[in-house]
Amino acid sequence: MRQSFDDISAQLRARHRKSARLKWTSMGALGLAVLFLVLFFADMTIKGLPAFQQAQIQVEVDYSEQASQLPLAAVNEDMRRLVSRGYLRLIPGRMQNNPELLGTTTTEWVLADGQVDQYLKGHHSRLSDSEKAVVDRLQEEGRAELRFNTTFFTSGDSKMPELAGIASAAMGTVFTLIVTLAVAFPIGVMTAVYLEEFAPDNRFTQIIEININNLAAIPSILFGLLGLAIFINFFGVPRSSPVVGGLTLALMTLPVIIIATRTALRSVPDSIRHAAFGVGCSRWQVVRDHVLPLALPGIMTGSIIGLAQAMGETAPLIIVGMVAFIPDVTNSFTEAATVLPAQIFTWAGEPDRAFIEKTSGGILVLLAILVTLNASAVVLRKKFERRW
Amino acid sequence: MQTNQLLAMFCGALLVLGLVAYLLGRSKAARVRASGTAMYAQPDQYAWFTVLSTAGPALAVGAVASFVMLLLGAAISPLLLLAGCLVVACAGLAIGIAMVRPDFHARQAIEKVIRFILAGAALISIFTTLGILLSIVFEAVRFFKMQSFWDFITGTTWNPGASFLASAGRAEEGGAAAQFGSVPLFAGTFMITFIAMVVAIPVGLLAAIYMSEFAPQRVRTIFKPILEILAGIPTVVYGFFAAITVAPIIVAVADFLGFEASFNSALAPGIVMGIMIIPFISSLSDDVINAVPDSMRQGSLALGLTRGEMIRDIVIPAALPGIISASLLAVSRALGETMIVVMAAGMRPNLSFNPLEDMTTVTVRIVAALTGDLEFGSAETLSAFALGLVLFVVTLSLNLVSVIMIRRFREKYRVNNL
Repeated sequence: MRQSFDDISAQLRARHRKSARLKWTSMGALGLAVLFLVLFFADMTIKGLPAFQQAQIQVEVDYSEQASQLPLAAVNEDMRRLVSRGYLRLIPGRMQNNPELLGTTTTEWVLADGQVDQYLKGHHSRLSDSEKAVVDRLQEEGRAELRFNTTFFTSGDSKMPELAGIASAAMGTVFTLIVTLAVAFPIGVMTAVYLEEFAPDNRFTQIIEININNLAAIPSILFGLLGLAIFINFFGVPRSSPVVGGLTLALMTLPVIIIATRTALRSVPDSIRHAAFGVGCSRWQVVRDHVLPLALPGIMTGSIIGLAQAMGETAPLIIVGMVAFIPDVTNSFTEAATVLPAQIFTWAGEPDRAFIEKTSGGILVLLAILVTLNASAVVLRKKFERRW
Repeated sequence: MQTNQLLAMFCGALLVLGLVAYLLGRSKAARVRASGTAMYAQPDQYAWFTVLSTAGPALAVGAVASFVMLLLGAAISPLLLLAGCLVVACAGLAIGIAMVRPDFHARQAIEKVIRFILAGAALISIFTTLGILLSIVFEAVRFFKMQSFWDFITGTTWNPGASFLASAGRAEEGGAAAQFGSVPLFAGTFMITFIAMVVAIPVGLLAAIYMSEFAPQRVRTIFKPILEILAGIPTVVYGFFAAITVAPIIVAVADFLGFEASFNSALAPGIVMGIMIIPFISSLSDDVINAVPDSMRQGSLALGLTRGEMIRDIVIPAALPGIISASLLAVSRALGETMIVVMAAGMRPNLSFNPLEDMTTVTVRIVAALTGDLEFGSAETLSAFALGLVLFVVTLSLNLVSVIMIRRFREKYRVNNL
């Protein structure tokens, strides 16, 4: 049966429409993913930005005899609920350190209670109506305002939202990552050098290769089980410490560094090796003096990316106990510590609504660090990358 | 404290001995060379060889001894150990100096040692896998001594509630016996994984098709890294997002449609996990689609196929092994994902097919069992390792199948960079 020209061109049009439809749907899929990313960042920013501001109020502090016993007495009665209890607690100590304060009355800007903070930011707060009226009056008189939140960056965890900060978690992260890098970087580079430059292509090498690819795909929580059973229970490494967390993360980061280093080593052309062998270098001399320096930017990039991954990891650290409540800033490798993602996890579980803001603020800080790390990896690659 | 001091002393003594070895070896080699004898290696290489022969055996003795102490519990006096190591170091130094002779290949000797050290480093990755396997299997076996394996695999009730009483020797008081039937946990895990895949596979695959087949080069270079950002966001952040933002939206939407949804529904973590996995699928599929030879595209276009037909009938079928392999890897990742479900999914084991109900997963129970203040030997704590063992076996087999599929694809099209 013959088809008319019109039939065929209609068919053709339908086929091309179908083709165009595929193009638009696939474009839509990409758009959907990007849209989610934008929504996600917008949501986090809106939730987290207020965490960088904090309410302070101006009160008259009366350093009377009574206040040294009962710090609540230092401030006016209708202000008591509005001032942070953490600030009031410090008053007796300050009076002991400076005896001349006794009997004086000063006007000071002090940290407000977390509920006042929430009220000033327009969120739901548990203040009573009369307290809200006082805060409103203070704000009109310019005696209550939102200022930059330094506490958030200088103090450790606290059960009072206005006193909670990320400093101890940040230091814990630094200590943990030092351990991770000190273990994973040398071992990873050495493994990669062995596999690329030294190893004969035999069964043993193949097993190691398959094994490394497998390690990269093992769920991270299983590394936590390893850390708990081997490092803590068997070797007796102190629980919750940066050492055990760092070692666990190092084992997780190892495959990333190995794979990145191997790619970097492979991209160094063989002519370099041939030339070096030609002038009489031994294999190790070739690697040390010629191949490794050329591969170094690639290795660094891979390590930074691995480090960024390790930095955001939480699950294995929870298993080895790094979700402890750490109010003081960590300064040791072997004492209990927490890390930024674990701090975010802890805050996310706090029932107080003010902690949602803290959590989002912590997330913003974490994301900012991760973006900086990854961007520096990209810049490093762009700057030193050589096409042979 | 004392161990720390001893360790510092050991390191210090070894450094000094190493320096002495370097200087002695170098001066001896230099002297021999100055006397006009031709040598196989440079003085520096002889010097490094003496350093290695000094430090190597001493470190090995120290490591072996401390390992024996840890493993067998043998009591070796640390001071004795220190002295022994230093004696070994001195002996090594003497032997090393004696070896500095014109007919000795110092460079090749160093080479051998370095090769040995590098191979040792490569072994660590094997030890890691073995360590994971052994630690999980060992504790899981302890668990299966207390609870029957068959009940664990087929039981439909997960109720560890009173197991701590059993470990305290008061099993009779607990009322109902603890039950460890893992089916509801796996049902929850597979439900959430399924939701994640429903989100991730279509979106990831279509995005990959767009980027590799339709998009101009400029769009590609911009959007590929942007998609990768999704994979770089820490999972704890996704978990918070799922619990605080997505879950209330789902409850509101379900309410509007006349359904009842839990705030810990499987849907919220599933969707967010799917979004996390999109770049995983898209970048792998992108690579695979790019690896399909252009001759196939040109051939199909020359036969009069439209672009869409070419993609659907030629490119995708050719890339299918790679795409399936990417999806399997994604499934394995979703099964093992922890933070999102810990924060956004429920704690109640629930055997249900309704994604709006709260349900729990394997990883949630592992975390719950290990963060409680239970004694380590209790059945509930050990159940974490039994669950971990199953998780390990499942993800390992998924990974292996995926590796085999990608290898087949690679052999078929002779691509090397996958």
